[in-house]
Amino acid sequence: MIKTSRKNKVKTGVADNVTNIIIYVVIGLIGIATVLPFLYVAAGSFATDKELTERAFFIIPSVWSLNAYKYAVNNGNIMLGLWNSIKLTAFGVFTSMAFSLTFAYPLSKSHLRGRNIILNLVIVTMLFSGGLIPTYLVMQAYGLYDTYAVLILMGAISPFNMIIIKNFFQELPKELEEAALIDGSNEIKTFFKIALPLSKPVIASISLFYGVGYWNDYFNAMIYLNTPKKYTVQIILRNIILLASNISDAALDYYDMNGAPPDKAVKMAATVIATVPILCVYPFIQKYFAQGVMVGAVKG
Amino acid sequence: MKSKQEQNKKVKKAVFNDSKMSTLTYMRVHKWLYIMLIPGVLYFIMFRYIPIGGLIIAFKNYSPFRGIWKSDWVGLDNFKQFFDTKDFWILLRNTLGISLLQLVIYFPAPIILSLFLNEIKHMGYKRIVQTLVYIPHFISWVIVASLTYQLLNTNDGVVTYIFNTFGITMPEILSKGKYFWGLIVGQDIWKETGYGTIIFLAALSGVNQEMYEAARVDGAGRWKMMWYITLPAIKGTVIMMLILRVGSLLNTGYEQIFLMRNDINISYADVFDTYIYTKGIKNGKYSFSAAAGMFKSVVGMIMVLGANKIAKKAGETGIY
Repeated sequence: MIKTSRKNKVKTGVADNVTNIIIYVVIGLIGIATVLPFLYVAAGSFATDKELTERAFFIIPSVWSLNAYKYAVNNGNIMLGLWNSIKLTAFGVFTSMAFSLTFAYPLSKSHLRGRNIILNLVIVTMLFSGGLIPTYLVMQAYGLYDTYAVLILMGAISPFNMIIIKNFFQELPKELEEAALIDGSNEIKTFFKIALPLSKPVIASISLFYGVGYWNDYFNAMIYLNTPKKYTVQIILRNIILLASNISDAALDYYDMNGAPPDKAVKMAATVIATVPILCVYPFIQKYFAQGVMVGAVKG
Repeated sequence: MKSKQEQNKKVKKAVFNDSKMSTLTYMRVHKWLYIMLIPGVLYFIMFRYIPIGGLIIAFKNYSPFRGIWKSDWVGLDNFKQFFDTKDFWILLRNTLGISLLQLVIYFPAPIILSLFLNEIKHMGYKRIVQTLVYIPHFISWVIVASLTYQLLNTNDGVVTYIFNTFGITMPEILSKGKYFWGLIVGQDIWKETGYGTIIFLAALSGVNQEMYEAARVDGAGRWKMMWYITLPAIKGTVIMMLILRVGSLLNTGYEQIFLMRNDINISYADVFDTYIYTKGIKNGKYSFSAAAGMFKSVVGMIMVLGANKIAKKAGETGIY
């Protein structure tokens, strides 16, 4: 009996191996195809404009050149945008984490009176919002137009992220906190001394979520920022790429005022510069985000 | 010493005997918890609920000089005006067109990819591929738009070059309206398919590997195992994702569409959110656009809640 089934296994094994190889190759190709646009743009940013017009497609430039980056660095706008985005992201992550952690901690206590009312009011905002125009007018009324504060405060607490943190706090062993409380500590001290040190994984993953959100935000920055000196790297990149694709009238006005459109390699260099910071934190995202997603899946 | 003991008693009571306290005593004992709630509560009032209150301008004729409160009431005029425009039907067509195309083409993509990934037994290889396909999720829409332009534009895009080499004329994907929906769905597939596999792979990781072994011993081939073991394992997740997807048919990604939209393809590219931006913030028709936004939010919310209810009835755990 056992022998025949073994034979069976070997028999199907041959056909199986062919299918296996096909699957491995297809999956590999999907993986490569996903990053191919990046590879091309990265290669192009180091190539000369001559090569970019002469060769159809390449991953390794035949002549390496740093001209595009020199232009991008000297141009100033990109570097300023980069610096603005770094500032926005740093302050944003700090603010968001401070708000989210302090809000999530009391809500993680099942005995807290009023907890359900607050949680329901939070969940309502996940389903319904004032929308673009009322929010815009209210922010203007607060005097927050054209400030970084509006970009940070508007999304200071993401209900989704806050609930992930809350669920994580709920899973912490209660004994430590209870022991500390009996030893005469108060709840804010237990929060700082016990809950936070035990919550490093969730702090890391949610910080990354917030950070990626602040870094990538384009729409809000475009709506609320008015002073070109405050523009984030996403706005600058959009202007460099889209203004040069000569579709809109604004683009034509721009050429009239500023001369020729940026060279192809410069556009590519700008794309790379805006992407690199995300790729730098990507290994950390990889490490933590699955954890974060899983923690979020645990229902509270 | 005695006082400390007393305090201990009090705290013990606070930790273990909460339910017997009056609310006032409870709040005094747990004052720090309530103090910690203050910043968050203020945030939700100021930045979430007051903007919701700001929706009253949809029923007014908002004038920047008179402010939200002093502007005149106009009842449902803004809504009537919005439904009477030809624009409304164009917006509805574009939103539903893009959403349905997403549903048919983009929705199955992560399911298929996770089925493929599930077949890969070499863990190192699997992890490398996963690392690669998750990357685009973390990239901003501005960069996605930049890459798209650099690849597809008809002047000097690389795909244009490749097409020309083979003597094919590059279609004007970026400017012709008829390509717009496909372009958006294509970007979605590139950006989110990999990340979308996570939830399905998580469901698959719960499958007992011995079931595959047993099936193999019984002579079941790869397709039979996929049909009888793998697919039933993700069925629940697929149904829930599908219902939620249908519930958010009105929510097309506006940052993405906003970035790909231009003066030429606009008749196929305008969706509710981009329209609200143009009419409201660009043209200053605040009340009219607030009404359009409110219509979209209310219908969207009803659809999401409805979908969630159906998901719960279908025996899955809903989201809300």
